[in-house]
Amino acid sequence: MARLTLDTLVRIMRESAGEEEGVDLDGDILDTLFIDLGYDSLALLQTTGRIERDFGIELDDYVLAEAETPRALLELVNADLDELVA
Amino acid sequence: MGADRSAGTNAGAGGVRAVVTGLGVVAPTGIGVEAYWAATLAGANGIRRLTRFDPSSYPSQLAGEVVGYDAAERLPSRLVAQTDRMTQLALTAGGLAVADAGIDPAALPEYGAGVVTAASGGGVEFGQRELEALWSKGRQHVSAYQSFAWFYAVNTGQLSIRHGLRGPSGVIVTEQAGGLDAVGHARRHLRRSPATDYGRSPAMGHSQGLSMVFSGGVDAALSPWGWVAQLATGLISRGGDPARAYRPFAADADGYVPGEGGAILVVESLAAARARGARVYGEIAGYAATLDPAPGSCSGSGGEPGLRRCAELALADAGVLPGQVDAVVADGAGVPSLDEVEAAAIGAIFGPRGVPVTVPKSGTGRLFSGGAALDLAAALLSMRDGVLPPTPGVDRPAAPYQLDLVTRAPRELPVRTVLVLARGYGGFNAAVVVRGM
Repeated sequence: MARLTLDTLVRIMRESAGEEEGVDLDGDILDTLFIDLGYDSLALLQTTGRIERDFGIELDDYVLAEAETPRALLELVNADLDELVA
Repeated sequence: MGADRSAGTNAGAGGVRAVVTGLGVVAPTGIGVEAYWAATLAGANGIRRLTRFDPSSYPSQLAGEVVGYDAAERLPSRLVAQTDRMTQLALTAGGLAVADAGIDPAALPEYGAGVVTAASGGGVEFGQRELEALWSKGRQHVSAYQSFAWFYAVNTGQLSIRHGLRGPSGVIVTEQAGGLDAVGHARRHLRRSPATDYGRSPAMGHSQGLSMVFSGGVDAALSPWGWVAQLATGLISRGGDPARAYRPFAADADGYVPGEGGAILVVESLAAARARGARVYGEIAGYAATLDPAPGSCSGSGGEPGLRRCAELALADAGVLPGQVDAVVADGAGVPSLDEVEAAAIGAIFGPRGVPVTVPKSGTGRLFSGGAALDLAAALLSMRDGVLPPTPGVDRPAAPYQLDLVTRAPRELPVRTVLVLARGYGGFNAAVVVRGM
């Protein structure tokens, strides 16, 4: 079944909102706050919008508020994908 | 008669004089001041058949495109994703202006610098793409950045964010007159809140005074949506020869050619410029704006368009007599009825063939909110080098205009004072007098 991996997330981030100067999205970013990656709420909205489109899911609004790190976002998205299968 | 929108008063409150200390140019004939200026003096023509979209189904197919510009090479990818081309070009021009002015904006007091740019239609290429996505694929396919990327004030906002310019800011929308109106408004801000006058206007947040304003304008609307909006004016040339399509003041002129690009100018108080030992291109010595009377209205002046009065007000504001003006950078609409009005205004003030006139924009097309800002840069560079660029594509002006138009080759002469004229669709007139220091 479809899972959102960190590699895919980074690709989507690059394609939808770009990479901040001085930030390496290929680095160890799992637990880095999105805000420290140069991602404000709009960049995150653009990113989650792309995830919804690519994976055919609809994320709840609280995901944007709660997913402060890539790890948190991956867990919330993948929980949604699990429910879709179940 | 034309109504004054805002005739400035000389030196204004506090005696603040506004000077230009930095230029950033992105034009169809060159990126960067020196590339643009060398091409302009050579009479280069940046007009060509459109490549940003397929123009074959439109009656006009030529434009002045900025070629060889790759936003990804010049801007961080975070900014590229959220900006229309007009903003990308503006950010590049802003960065060039910062370097040219030799300033470090981050080192300025928090509210020590503002931004006032001109705009016309906003980010129409970005907007068209997202609207197409909405109609054809659904709302999930619309970029979150559409929320501001289309917005006509976005160039001011993005320049402010990128360089940390938190002082008084704004945007002026007067079509092709905007580049001058923005600079006039920048000067107004510098006078209202001089940097030496600490804490004068706390209600406006000017806690530390203002020493410089980034101004000018950069535009780009070469997408089908932007194109049809321009075609609707009926003023666009339908000529097919890029070298001859836009011929201001020519007997056979038949409209203008749109283009993209413009200039960002660092407008600084003379005191601040001197304090940091800055190179000064020249002073914004005079500024005025008028509106044409409404079509068909009957007014005291017999319905004369407002351009002559605008130019006279700007000269008076600068304390300059017509005989002291070395050159006029004209609006040069390339539309016979408008060329006639401008030639009459210039003739009324300076006499027949009374002053050298040039229209360098016939080599770039009309850049909307960027056009007059680029003309201002050309005027300042003419003063620097003592040479007027020619009017590309025009061999000689129509005889009845009685203009001394600079054509075919640059003309060397001492240039100390230049009058720059601009008009915007809808009856806007603006004039700036720049003077050497």
